Amino acid sequence: MSKSRIVFAVLLAALAVTPLLGPGKYALHLMVMALLWSYIYTSWSIMGRLGMVSFGHGAFLGIGAYTVVMLWNLAGVSPWIGAVVAVALTLVVALLIGLPCFRFKIVGHYFALVTLALSEVTRLIIVGLRDHTGGSLGLTPKPALTDGATASLSALQFEDKAVWFYIVLLFWLGALWVWHRVDRSMNRLALQAISEEEDAAASIGIDVTRAKLTVTLISAAMTCLGGVLYAQYQLYVNPETVSGIGISLQMVFGVIAGGLFVMLGPTVGAVFLLLLSESLRVLIGNKVLGVDITLYGLLLVVFIIYMPKGILGTVLQRVAPGSGAAAK
Amino acid sequence: MPQVFDIFLLEAVLNGLLLGGLFALLSLGLNLIFGVIDVVWICYAELIMVGMYTIWWLHTQQGLPLPLAFAASIAFVGALGAALHQFVIRPVLAAEPINQLLVTGGVLFLLQALVTVAFGVEFRNLGVRLPGVNAGEMSFSGSRIVAFAVAMVAIAATYFFLNRTYMGTAIRAISQDRAIMPLMGVNASRVYLLTSAIGGALAGLAACLLVLQYDVHPAIGLSFGPLTFLICVLGGLGNLIGGFLAAFVFAQLISVGGFFFQLEWGYVIAFAFFIATMFWRPEGLLSRRKAR
Repeated sequence: MSKSRIVFAVLLAALAVTPLLGPGKYALHLMVMALLWSYIYTSWSIMGRLGMVSFGHGAFLGIGAYTVVMLWNLAGVSPWIGAVVAVALTLVVALLIGLPCFRFKIVGHYFALVTLALSEVTRLIIVGLRDHTGGSLGLTPKPALTDGATASLSALQFEDKAVWFYIVLLFWLGALWVWHRVDRSMNRLALQAISEEEDAAASIGIDVTRAKLTVTLISAAMTCLGGVLYAQYQLYVNPETVSGIGISLQMVFGVIAGGLFVMLGPTVGAVFLLLLSESLRVLIGNKVLGVDITLYGLLLVVFIIYMPKGILGTVLQRVAPGSGAAAK
Repeated sequence: MPQVFDIFLLEAVLNGLLLGGLFALLSLGLNLIFGVIDVVWICYAELIMVGMYTIWWLHTQQGLPLPLAFAASIAFVGALGAALHQFVIRPVLAAEPINQLLVTGGVLFLLQALVTVAFGVEFRNLGVRLPGVNAGEMSFSGSRIVAFAVAMVAIAATYFFLNRTYMGTAIRAISQDRAIMPLMGVNASRVYLLTSAIGGALAGLAACLLVLQYDVHPAIGLSFGPLTFLICVLGGLGNLIGGFLAAFVFAQLISVGGFFFQLEWGYVIAFAFFIATMFWRPEGLLSRRKAR
C-alpha cells in the first residue's frame, strides 16, 4: 500500500475508535456535525468541481429533511421509506431543472442564478405550506423513544450520539468513495473537456447533457440523504437552516474554503467552519450576534481573492507541486 | 359578487404596477453593472439594506431631516459600490465568473453580519407614514405611489444619462465591446468605477423608497435579492429594457398570484414562471446576448 493510504487508514482507525474513549456529549456532537457537514459538502463538490456550481443544493437538503419528517409525523411512515421517497422526489426535481439547463446550455452565472431560484422556491413552498410543515417555526419528528428506549431502528432515532457518529462516519466514507469513483470515471474527463470548450467536446461525441445530468443526479441524491440524516439527528428542521440561499451559500463557501478540487477539501472546509463558529460562540457568546457571520463573509472574500484553491488545495500545492487533482 | 371581485382584482393589478416600478429600479442597477462589467453583485440587495439602515439611523437616531438622510444614503451606498468594485471585484476580474459570484456572496454575509452587530436583529421602522390614496373601494399606499413615481423619474434620468452624455455613451460602448474600448482611448477602469458608483447610488435611491414601505432588518435582502436577480435574468442579463419589462411581468405575477392565493404562493408562481421561461428562452425574454 502506498504511504498516503497507510496514513489514511491509521487516521481512520483512530477516528473510529474515538467514541469509545468517552469524549463526552458535546465533543461527540461536534464530531457528528463535522462528519455530517463534511458529507454534505463533499456531495456538493462532486458537481461543483466539474464546472457546475449550484447555489441551490439547499433545495435537495430541504426536500430530504422535510420529506422524512412530514411522512413520519403525518402518516407514520418509517424514515427508511421516507428516505426513499425523498431521494425519488429529489431526483425528479434535479431532472426537471437539470434537463432544460443542460440541453439549453445554461452555464455559469445563469446556472448559478437558476439554482438559486430553486432553493428559494423550495424554502417558500415549505413556508407556504405552514399548516403541514410548521412554516418558519420548523418541525420536529414525533419522538419514537418511549418507555426509556434509547434506540429505534424503524424510526431511525437514536439517543446515543455514538451510534450517530458511526452512521455518519459510514456516509462520509461513502461520499469520499463516490467522489473517488467519479474522479476516475470517463464522466470526469468528459466534464472537464466540457467545462473548457463545450462545443468541441460535443463534436467528438461526448453526450454533454447525459454527462452533466449523471453527476447532478448523484450529487442531488447524496445531498438529499444528508438532509435525512440531519433531520433524524437534530430532531428539528426549519426552512432557514435546511433550505434557501443561506445554507446553499454556506455549502459553497465550505467547499471553497477547504479546496474545491481535492477529495478531502470539503471535509477540511466543514471542520474549519465548524471550529470557527464554535470557537466564536465560546469566545464571544451570544452577547454580540453576527460576529461569526462577519468573519465568514470576510474570510470568503479573502479566500477567493488570495486562496482560490482553498486551505487544503494551497497546502497540497506547496507540499507536493504537480500532484493532486487540481483541474485548473 | 362579481362586482366586488373585479374591483379588488383591479386593485391587485394596479398594486402590481406600482410594485413593478420599484422592481424596475432595483433591476436597473444590477443590469447596468452586469452589462458593463460582466459581474453579478449577489450582494446588491444587501447594499440596499445598508442604505435603508443609513436612512433609519440618521433620521430616527440622529434626528436628521428625512431629505438629508435620503441624500446621505444615495451618496454613501454609491461610495460603497465604488469601494466594492475597487477592493473586491477588481482583484478577481480576471478569474472565473464563479469566483466573482462567490466573492460578492462573501460580501453579502459580511454586510448582513455587520448590520447585525451594529443594530441587532430587530425590525426597525422609520416611523414615517404617508397618507393613503383612495379610489372608490380601492386603496393604495401613499408610499407605494411615491416610490413608483420616483422610480420612473430615476429610470428616465438614467436613460437620459446613458444616451445623451459623454460618460453614458462610454459606458454603453464598453458594454458592447469590452476589449476594443480601451483601444479607443477610454480608461476602462475609470468607467467601471463610475458604473459601480452609479449602481450603488441607484441602490441607495431604492433604499429611500423601500424604507418608506418596509421595516428594515438584517435578512431583508433575502426577501427581494433573489427576486431581483431573476427579474434581470428573465429580461436578459445586461439588457436594461428587458429588465424593465420583466420587472412588471414579475410584479404582476406576485401581486395577482398573492391575490388569489396566500402571499407566498404569489412568489412561488413567479419563480415557477421564471424556471419555465428558462426552458423556453434560456437567454432571457429579450436578450441580446447569447448563452455563451
